[in-house]
Amino acid sequence: MAQQTATVDKLAVAAPKKRKSTQLQSKQARLAWLMLAPSIAVILLVAVYPLGRTFYDSLTDAAFSNPVTHFIGLKNYQILLQDSQFWSAFWETIKFAIITVIFEFVLGMIIALVVNSNFPARGAMRAAMLVPWALITVVNAQMWKLMYNDTYGVFNDILERLGIIKSGIAWTSLPSTSLGAISAIDIWKTTPFVALLLLAGLQLISPDVYEAAQVDGASKWQQFWSITLPLLRPAILVTLIFRSMDALRVFDVFITMFGSRPDTMTLAVYDQENIVSFGNVGYGATISVGIFIILAIVIAIYLSVFRLEKS
Amino acid sequence: MKQFLAPRKSPAARSASFVIVGLVLALGSYAGPRAYASSHAALPSGANPCFHKSANIPIPPPAVPNAKADKRYKGQSIVFYGNSVGAGQVQDSALACQFTRQTGIKVKVVPAPQSTTDRYSAMQRFFVNHSSSIDVTMVDVIYPGAFAPYLVDLKKPLASIAKLDYSTIVKNDTIGGHLVAIPYFADFGMLYYRTDLLHKYGYKNPPTTWTQLTAMAKKIQAGEQKHSKNFHGFVFQGNSYEGLTCDALEWINSYGGGTILSHNGQVTIDNPRATAALKLAQSWVGTIAPRGVTSYEEEDARNAFQSGDAAFMRNWPYAYSLGEAKGSKIAGKFAVAPLPHGPHGKSSAATGGWQLAVNKYSKHVQASIAFTAYMASKPAEIWHAEAASLVPAMPSVGSVPGVKKLEPFLTTVGNHTDHVVRPSAALGTRYNQGSTIFFQGVSRILNGSSVNSVIPGVAQQLKTLAAQAH
Repeated sequence: MAQQTATVDKLAVAAPKKRKSTQLQSKQARLAWLMLAPSIAVILLVAVYPLGRTFYDSLTDAAFSNPVTHFIGLKNYQILLQDSQFWSAFWETIKFAIITVIFEFVLGMIIALVVNSNFPARGAMRAAMLVPWALITVVNAQMWKLMYNDTYGVFNDILERLGIIKSGIAWTSLPSTSLGAISAIDIWKTTPFVALLLLAGLQLISPDVYEAAQVDGASKWQQFWSITLPLLRPAILVTLIFRSMDALRVFDVFITMFGSRPDTMTLAVYDQENIVSFGNVGYGATISVGIFIILAIVIAIYLSVFRLEKS
Repeated sequence: MKQFLAPRKSPAARSASFVIVGLVLALGSYAGPRAYASSHAALPSGANPCFHKSANIPIPPPAVPNAKADKRYKGQSIVFYGNSVGAGQVQDSALACQFTRQTGIKVKVVPAPQSTTDRYSAMQRFFVNHSSSIDVTMVDVIYPGAFAPYLVDLKKPLASIAKLDYSTIVKNDTIGGHLVAIPYFADFGMLYYRTDLLHKYGYKNPPTTWTQLTAMAKKIQAGEQKHSKNFHGFVFQGNSYEGLTCDALEWINSYGGGTILSHNGQVTIDNPRATAALKLAQSWVGTIAPRGVTSYEEEDARNAFQSGDAAFMRNWPYAYSLGEAKGSKIAGKFAVAPLPHGPHGKSSAATGGWQLAVNKYSKHVQASIAFTAYMASKPAEIWHAEAASLVPAMPSVGSVPGVKKLEPFLTTVGNHTDHVVRPSAALGTRYNQGSTIFFQGVSRILNGSSVNSVIPGVAQQLKTLAAQAH
C-alpha cells in the first residue's frame, strides 16, 4: 500500500502538466481501490463483522432461551468486573501463560541451538523433534491423564519404585499440583514449535559474522549474547507473541483434563461454558471482549519493550 | 514401473470417487427406515417383515395396543428424533416398522447426537425456529422444563400410561400442570458392593447408612491395602460435571436435606442436613476414596470397581451387566443394594433417563401422539428391557419374569429407594447454569474448601438464577 502511494507521488512529481497528472493519479487510485476491494470485502466479512457483532452482543442480554433481545448498555461489563469466577480464570490463565512461555522459550532456544549445529543425522533429529507438536492435543491430554493417574499412572509408579514417594499422588486432582501438571503437557507439546520458529531465525544469520567474531577472539558465550540474541530479535518477538497469544487463549488441554472444574478454569473455558452450555450469548460476548482486551494489552507490552530495546 | 503406475487414479479422481462412495452410503442409510415401510407388502403373509432376528433384535417388536383407532391417521408421515446410531437406532427402526405396519402411519427415524448437550443445542435451534421438521423427540430427564413451551400437553391422551410410570418422573415431566413429556427409559443410582469382601471381613449385609458404609469401607480398605496397594473402600463420580450433581443430590436428599431447589423454585440447599451430608462426603476423599476420585466419572469408577480395586461403588445400572460379563474380574462376586441414607432421610437414587415428547409445531400432532403412546406403552417398555437391557420407566415391568432375570436390581433396588429428580423443572432453561453452580461448589468442597464457606455462596448464586428463570 505504502509502496503504491509512493509510486503515485513520484508520477505526480515527474508529470509535466498538472491536469494530466491528477487524471492519472485518480485513475491509479481507482485501480488501487478496485484491486484491494476483494481483500477488503473478505476482511470485512471474516474479521470486522464477527468482531463488531461480538462487541454489539456484549451490550445485550442475548441468550438462546430469550425470545427477545434487549440492549442493556454496559451492564454486562459491570457484572464482569465483579465476577469472581472471571477473575479466578484470569489469574489461572496468566499463571499458565507465564509458566509455559518461559519454559518453552528457554527449552526451545536450547533445542534450536543444538539442532542448528552440525552433527550426523541432523535432518532425522529435526523431524523427530516435531512429533509431540504433530499429535492432536485432545489425544495428548488423554494420554497424560492416564500417566498422571494416582492409582495406576506411570509417574507415580516410577516415583514409588525409586522410593521418592510412599503412595500415589493425585497430580491432576490436587489444587497444588494441577497447574504444574497441565503446564508440563503444554511445554512438552509446544517446545518443538518454539524451537522450529527460532531455528528458522538462526538459519538467517550469516556464518561470516561468527567467523569474524572468532577471528577477533570472542568466546562462544560472548558470541551468543552479542551476535545470536540481537540478530534473532525479530524471530524471538514473533515466537513470544505467538506463544503468549496461544497460552492466553488455551482451551483444549484444559477442557480435556479438568472439564468445568472451577479452580482450574481458563478464560476460554469460562467463555465456552457461558455461550455453549448456558446459552448466555450476551455475557459470553462480554467475556470474549475481555479476552480480546487482555490480548491487545499483552501485544502492546511486547511491542513497546522490543522497540525500547531497539532504540 | 510405468505399467504399475498406469492404472492408478489421479488425486482428483480418487477424491471424486470418495465423494461418490460417501454419497451412496449416505443415501443408503437415508433410505433405510423408509424401505421398511414400503417393502412389507411384498412379503408373504404370516412372517413379520419388521423382525429379522439379530443380536440387537432378539425378539419380535410388540403389537400396537391402539392400532385400530390409530388407523384414522393412516398415510400421514412423521419424523422421530430417536436414539443415536448403533443398536439404539436399529431398535427404534424395528418398533417404528411395526407401528407403520399396523397403523399405516409412516415413521422416519432420524438418529440424534449421542451427547446430551449436543442434542440439547440441536433441539434448541429446532424449537426457537418453530421448526416442524421433527414430530416426536427423545428428551433428557433434565430438559422438559427448558422445552415446555414448545411441547404438546400429553396429560389427557396418555393418562393411562403415565399412571404406570414412576410418579417422580411424571412429576418432573409435568410443567405448569401440563404433561409435556412421557417417561421412556429411567436410570437410577445404586450401591454396588463386593459380596466376597463383605463376607471376608465379617459383614452379613450391605450398609444401610452412610456411617456404616464409611466404617465398613475403612476396615476393608485397611485389610486389602496390605497386599493390594491400589485398593480403596469406595469409588463414586467426583469430577466437576453433571454426574456430581446426581451423586451429591443423593447424599443430600438421603440426609433429609432436600433437593437443592424445591419444585416451586425455592433455594433449599443452605441447611444443616445438607451441610452434614457434604461434610461426610468431603471426609471420604483421600481416606476411603482415592484422592483422585475428584476427577472420576462413571467409567473411572467402574474401571476401579471392575478391576477389583474397590469394595463399594456408586453407579448407574449399566455397570451391572458389564460387571457380570465374561472376563470380568468381579463376575459373581458383587451385588447391588439401595444407596445408604443419613440419620434423617431415606435411601435416595438420582433419576436419569429419557422422555418422549411431541413438538407443538408438528403438522401431524395426533399421529405423533399415537406413535408416542406406542413407544412409551408397557409392552414396548418390556420389549426394550428384554431386548436392550434398558431400565424401564414403569416399576411394574421389573417383575415381568424375562425382565427380572436380566435386570434383578429393578425389583431389589429400584422399588426400594426414593427416586429423586434434579431441580430442572424449577430452573427451566437455566438448569445447566444452576447445575454448574452446584457441582462446582461441591467440587470445591471435595477438593478441600470448607462446606460452611462454600454453600452460602452457592445458595446466593442459585437465588439470583432462580429469579431470572421465571
